[in-house]
Amino acid sequence: MHTFTFSRAADLTKAIAAHAEDPHLAFIAGGTDLVGLMKDHVALPQHVLDINSLPDMSRIEALPDGGLRIGALARMNDVAADVEVRRRFPVITESLLFAASGQIRNMASMGGNIMQRTRCAYFRDEDDLPCNKRRPGSGCAARDGLNRLHAIFGWSDECVATNPSDLAVALAALDANVIVRGPEGQRSITFTEFQRLPGNTPEHDNVLERGDLIISIEVPPRIEGRASHYLKVRDRQSYEFALVSTAAAVAMDGGRIRSARLAMGGVAHKPWRLTAAEAALRGMSLNDIDALKKAIGLSFIDARPLAQNGFKVELGQRVALRAVQVAGGRA
Amino acid sequence: MGQSLPLMEGALPFEVCGRHGGHTKNMNVSMTVNGSVQAITVEPRMTLLDALRDVLRLTGPKKACDRGECGACTVLIEGRRVLSCMTLAVMHDGQRITTIEGLEHDARLNAVQEAFIEHDGFQCGFCTSGQIMSAVAMIEEAKLGWPSAATEDVTRPFTLNDLSAAEIRERMSGNLCRCSCYPNIVDAVTEATHRS
Repeated sequence: MHTFTFSRAADLTKAIAAHAEDPHLAFIAGGTDLVGLMKDHVALPQHVLDINSLPDMSRIEALPDGGLRIGALARMNDVAADVEVRRRFPVITESLLFAASGQIRNMASMGGNIMQRTRCAYFRDEDDLPCNKRRPGSGCAARDGLNRLHAIFGWSDECVATNPSDLAVALAALDANVIVRGPEGQRSITFTEFQRLPGNTPEHDNVLERGDLIISIEVPPRIEGRASHYLKVRDRQSYEFALVSTAAAVAMDGGRIRSARLAMGGVAHKPWRLTAAEAALRGMSLNDIDALKKAIGLSFIDARPLAQNGFKVELGQRVALRAVQVAGGRA
Repeated sequence: MGQSLPLMEGALPFEVCGRHGGHTKNMNVSMTVNGSVQAITVEPRMTLLDALRDVLRLTGPKKACDRGECGACTVLIEGRRVLSCMTLAVMHDGQRITTIEGLEHDARLNAVQEAFIEHDGFQCGFCTSGQIMSAVAMIEEAKLGWPSAATEDVTRPFTLNDLSAAEIRERMSGNLCRCSCYPNIVDAVTEATHRS
């Protein structure tokens, strides 16, 4: 690992000012992604600022309106185990528990989870193969290389990477908000706007600027929250990133779908909302498999698989279908 | 690690523009390790694992993948299982660390250690200290009612009685065993759970 200086932040305003002023400063919370990126020489900060001592940022609050406010420093396992998170939004608990390992979930923070960088092997490779995300302008080795794990939606010739966070998929489906504090004050970013598509600037994973720090994640009350499910398909049964995953949340009206929220992981540079499918699913019976399939298929018309990941188009539709069925069955 | 590798050029948004060989300063860290206070001086870049092994000479935590993939470096921080290879020693000033060397009490092995011996839960033994540290904390997590990815319905309370072999396999998935002693490891953890 390269050398750097280290200090501990005691004051939020000062931490934000330090980050805004120094382009070579990195915040560290759980460290499970940053330490790995530093070992692989992908991240080379000169100063590491430990934000774990900042006050009031680990709380998990069940709000009176039925929503949640989760502090950015809350650990994955603590959020997953929280009784109100489990009761109100099982999809959040499941997305956390299907990620990483017991040890990592004890370390990794909520803010860090949604900031984690792609697992694209070219991005993390120590041999400095072309990667526009790691070194802008160097090219994308995955575009015509090993791209079985890569995107089928929203990619560009500059970058075909996927976002690795499971939690992000659940938060996108629920239209959660990321509460960010910057030098100019606090603002709320809708989750679907928080992460971005690669375009020709894949070095930017999200819309945060220098000096921005995630304070909390707020999940508004959702009628679909209770009947929700996270389904993840991967090469290993446990401790593996998704090939394809779906967060589904469904409100039922008798045997019919009143409204559905669907987002997919493993298919794009950000969680991919299946908006066309969501609209088409309204009013459908959970038992009408053909109709459900057709509705979900509407969101795959614009799928653009790469040379090695064509299977994700079919797999994605099947995963989405089953996620809807399981979620709806919980209503 | 430690060697000079190609530098990264161009401005990236992820605070990455540092250069090798920059100024660094050793820092004092005081941790309670296996019950005794240890004051050490380390470089900020030293992982907790390297500090335990190379500074404090506690070689129970093993350095295998050093990338958070195998679990051999598992230790407890404030009673919670973590990967000591994926965190910096300087982040743990004032904290309580337990390694496998600290499990024994009054010359008696921990119940998980005894169960691993009885059920032959290892062959080469390289992953064993990580497996045991992970299992010790995992049983406490189950006692607290934490669900897992193997839990059918996370909205319902989880009790120790629900800790099936499938649950144990899922909860221990962060610890790899290249000798593939998994059946015996699951048996050992099951036995230890019943005793606790």
